[in-house]
Amino acid sequence: MKRISKEDVKYVAKLAELEFDDKETEEFTSQLDKILDHIANISSVNTEGIPPTSHVLDVKNVFREDVVKKSVTQESALKNAPDRQSNGFKVPKID
Amino acid sequence: MEINYLAAYQLKEKLVKREISCTDIVKSVYSRIDDVEEKLNSYIRLERKGALKKAGEVDRLIDVGNKVADFTGIPLAIKDNMCTENINTTCASRILENYVPIYNATVIEKLTEQNYILAGKANMDEFAMGSSNENSYFGPVKNPWDTGRVPGGSSGGPAACVAAGEAICSLGSDTGGSIRQPASLCGIVGFKPTYGRVSRYGLVAFASSLDQIGPLTRNVRDCAALLNVICGHDKNDSTSIDVEVPDFKKCLESDIKNMKIGVPVELMVEGIDSEVREAVRKTLKLIEDMGGEVEEVSIPSLEHALSVYYIIAPSEASSNLSRFDGVRYGYRNMEQKTLRKMYRKSRAEGFGNEVKRRIMIGTYCLSAGYYDAYYEKAQRVRTLIINDFKKAFKKYDVLISPTSPTTAFKVGERIDDPLTMYLSDICTIPVNLAGLPAISIPAGLSSSGLPIGVQIIGDILREDNVLRAAYSLEEAISFKSRPGL
Repeated sequence: MKRISKEDVKYVAKLAELEFDDKETEEFTSQLDKILDHIANISSVNTEGIPPTSHVLDVKNVFREDVVKKSVTQESALKNAPDRQSNGFKVPKID
Repeated sequence: MEINYLAAYQLKEKLVKREISCTDIVKSVYSRIDDVEEKLNSYIRLERKGALKKAGEVDRLIDVGNKVADFTGIPLAIKDNMCTENINTTCASRILENYVPIYNATVIEKLTEQNYILAGKANMDEFAMGSSNENSYFGPVKNPWDTGRVPGGSSGGPAACVAAGEAICSLGSDTGGSIRQPASLCGIVGFKPTYGRVSRYGLVAFASSLDQIGPLTRNVRDCAALLNVICGHDKNDSTSIDVEVPDFKKCLESDIKNMKIGVPVELMVEGIDSEVREAVRKTLKLIEDMGGEVEEVSIPSLEHALSVYYIIAPSEASSNLSRFDGVRYGYRNMEQKTLRKMYRKSRAEGFGNEVKRRIMIGTYCLSAGYYDAYYEKAQRVRTLIINDFKKAFKKYDVLISPTSPTTAFKVGERIDDPLTMYLSDICTIPVNLAGLPAISIPAGLSSSGLPIGVQIIGDILREDNVLRAAYSLEEAISFKSRPGL
């Protein structure tokens, strides 16, 4: 059984904000199919009453006091921006 | 005397006795880099100028009577996924090629307090995804024992440069074996601490519930000393554990008598190279000779570890890597006129194939209709694996297995077959899923002269047991070989 089709791959790529040409789509479809086929074998494991792991140790929510501290400057926050305008990140038109 | 091949603890002694200077050490390391780096490509960025300048400063500090700590004046390579202030941190990806962090990772801060020397940023698989270091945007790393072979991954650079004497020690990160497997393939020591022992603040996230930073060294003593520096709770990483950190150097007892050692039969099966199994058996014999008790143990859920890992790690990665969108940092395709097109083009051109593959697997496993069947199911099976390990550690102090199913494989051999590549981590992955501490130490050479590693696994927060067993075995095995590069 094929677990994933070319259409699925295109759809998932869209969700992941990636894009592939036809050749790549084909390659990824066959590779992902093999990988998914392998990992799907866990469906046979009986996990009734077994809770999912969230942290390997019994760590619960970690809280801290809400105190104002020094933060990074605007200038250093913008240091790595590919494009900026005055004190903000500049992006192309939002579609 | 080859200064660059001395251990950090030996160098410290010589620095204290004023037999050598820190400048001597840095020059020796760099002279080796000049000789072999072209063949290995273990660094993405060298910090020659900065290292020499820092060495001069450290020498002056020692001159005026400053204390020499364990890593004062010691040149370390740092895997290029740990943030270094004002020094590029690329994750071996095009998307971060020009990224310059505005802060230091916590581990870097801790080393800086000791006045360590940053030799350079070490090469790796892109975003730490890979087992061969062939997925680097800056080219593959070669194994110093045979440059036609891979050094393992993803910390291939940190392992190769330490094995080849291009650094004294290094820091790597381990999500599914990325410290231990390359350490094994390069014939050195690599340690992954308990999940949460070391702060991940400033480590570029791959799979947040699995990632852990750890040392790669040429001996167990240096490994313990480096653990002393990097472990400890950090308020900047809420998943780091708030417990006392023991002095790991005090765990270096050469005494394995009455230690109970379990050998998971699931990790000694046919799929593991017979020479590797033989090396593990020899190691177990040494343990028995020293008075340790060795017993086989079955951990049935290990059979599912690889599947669980290849659901959880890509899922977390797909979420973590969504931050790379060409807006706040990283590569952007400047041609696009609308936002979504800019996102897609930037990511499509910025990420390499393996990273895309994992983002796709993760996105699929987390997507509507599949979440329960994949991600949630995997987290439940993970609980079973954790429970099985818990049970085993009621009976045993440590577990021993091969680190890697094979010795170093040839460059190009597995790169076109992702699933076969993923199998390279079959012995190391379960350890990350359960958050356990584990070390790989060299156990000998194969008939073709390639290093074989054994893995020693401890219970949660029981790094002491792992180090004790490793230290005793290191002495008994007495691995003195070095790559003939």
